[in-house]
Amino acid sequence: MKRQNIFLRVWYFYFNGFKNMGTWSRQVWIVILVKLFIMFVILKIFFFPDFLKKTFDNDKQRSEHVLEVLTKSK
Amino acid sequence: MIEIADVSLVDWSRAQFALTAMYHWIFVPLTLGITFIVAFMETLYVKTGNEEWKKITMFWMTLFGINFAIGVATGIILEFEFGTNWSNYSWFVGDIFGAPLAIEGILAFFMESTFIAIMFFGWNKVSRKTHLLATWLTAIGANLSALWILVANGWMQHPVGMKFNPETARNEMDNFWEVLFSQTAVDKWLHATSSGFVLASVFVIGISAWYLLKKREIQLAKKSILVAAIFGLVSSIYLVITGDNSTRTIANDQNMKFAALEGLYNGSEGAGLVAFGFFSDNSSDPNNENLKDFNLKIEIPNILSYMAFLDWNAFVPGVNDLINGNGKYGIMSYYDRIERGKVAIAKLTEFKEAQKAGNKELAASLKTELTSDDFQNNYFKYFGYGYFDDPGDLVPNIPLTFYSFHTMVGLGFYFILLFIFSLVFLLKGTFEKKRWLMRLAIISIPLAYIASQAGWIVAEVGRQPWVVQDLMPNVAAVTRISAGSVQTTFWLFAILFTILLIAELKIMFRQIKIGPKH
Repeated sequence: MKRQNIFLRVWYFYFNGFKNMGTWSRQVWIVILVKLFIMFVILKIFFFPDFLKKTFDNDKQRSEHVLEVLTKSK
Repeated sequence: MIEIADVSLVDWSRAQFALTAMYHWIFVPLTLGITFIVAFMETLYVKTGNEEWKKITMFWMTLFGINFAIGVATGIILEFEFGTNWSNYSWFVGDIFGAPLAIEGILAFFMESTFIAIMFFGWNKVSRKTHLLATWLTAIGANLSALWILVANGWMQHPVGMKFNPETARNEMDNFWEVLFSQTAVDKWLHATSSGFVLASVFVIGISAWYLLKKREIQLAKKSILVAAIFGLVSSIYLVITGDNSTRTIANDQNMKFAALEGLYNGSEGAGLVAFGFFSDNSSDPNNENLKDFNLKIEIPNILSYMAFLDWNAFVPGVNDLINGNGKYGIMSYYDRIERGKVAIAKLTEFKEAQKAGNKELAASLKTELTSDDFQNNYFKYFGYGYFDDPGDLVPNIPLTFYSFHTMVGLGFYFILLFIFSLVFLLKGTFEKKRWLMRLAIISIPLAYIASQAGWIVAEVGRQPWVVQDLMPNVAAVTRISAGSVQTTFWLFAILFTILLIAELKIMFRQIKIGPKH
């Protein structure tokens, strides 16, 4: 019998694995997906912008800002 | 516009980072240890062909899966916080952290998507040996993944292998191997991972003891206790060795932390180890509120000197020796360090002004001076001290560091006894008759988490006020944003992580109640 293509075998391995998951696995997958949504869609976008990337256009300006902070912090 | 960071902003930013890191660390150590326990169990299954071992392996693998899934990505929030709350720090260390964190990310992705998938989906689909290999690689991969994070943390505790570039305001790595094999990083990795092995062993013994108390899953419980007690005992001995090495490294590289974790105010030759102690509310020094008197202490002579320098009579500096200096033992005072730090900051300010004014010649000459070995070793090395005027601000919270250290060490030795008793009574065939031991084993599960968190409190509170030891204090590292917004996200995280923890506990308790048969 001809063996399946390696990519198809990998695909079916994951596909069947997810399809045949037990109750606890389904529950933790729901937790994972909700968690990732909250982290990357809500927290990252609305609450955790990268301050230096958002505030300055290029690395030179970012360096200047940090240098300013380092020499003026008390 | 550069505003001076206020205390409330620094405190809330620290509180938020501590909260996130501590919640993240609830999930990590169990993963580090239980993967090895599962690998040992599966090895026994493959070697003996006994289906009971397969059932046991699958049961603990399920609990690992729940813990792993709930904990996965909780560490990413720490990276969000670097960019938002600690942007100056993030920029300052960027080049050093880039490589270890990138390796960690790639390793974690491949490990999680490949080996863990084979562990959970691969039963009866791949050969027994391939499955076993995936289980071992998951255990090794999880611990290697932790290596890179701990290398980054080790660098913050003892920065090496880099040079500061004043033009970019960043530290640039000039020796990757020095960063990777720094004694602090190696100690940190070995100690943190072995603490995870001990925690996981206590977890397995505790849950198995619960089954024995309920008189169910007897074979699973006994076999699990056997594997976990042996693994836990060996790991505990290793934990003591790595902890001992770590203490010596701290005594050399972070001597203020070392003095704080022992509550040592005045150094001495042949210094004693405080095995047990309680602080009073009174300060022993009117100039430093942080130096509380001991109400009660039990001290073992000379041990501290030996622990720190492998010499029973070596001099161990106390907090006051570090603040005021000690000429006899060649200890530079914090007053001198502050002066040198201010010189370094002034020189960097001159460089910045020259750049702003477009005076390229002066800027180039100042850069040469700033990056010279002489300036780096004599002034830039103390850069962070320049932000302070009062050396008292450079002393960490001593009671918290002391209590955390003694809690961690005390519980560590208690776990050794737990493993020995478990093993002895199991081999004698009387474990399930010792109800006190079974109850003790169950109560020990939260104690293992307390010990683990206490270890991180020692590591992080003990090195305050530094974010990067001697170079960057938290006041310079924090982003100038409003303290109110940090408070908001602090409570958001507190709620989110508490929900995650409740979800984990609910799913895990239910799975434990169901047991391995289903």
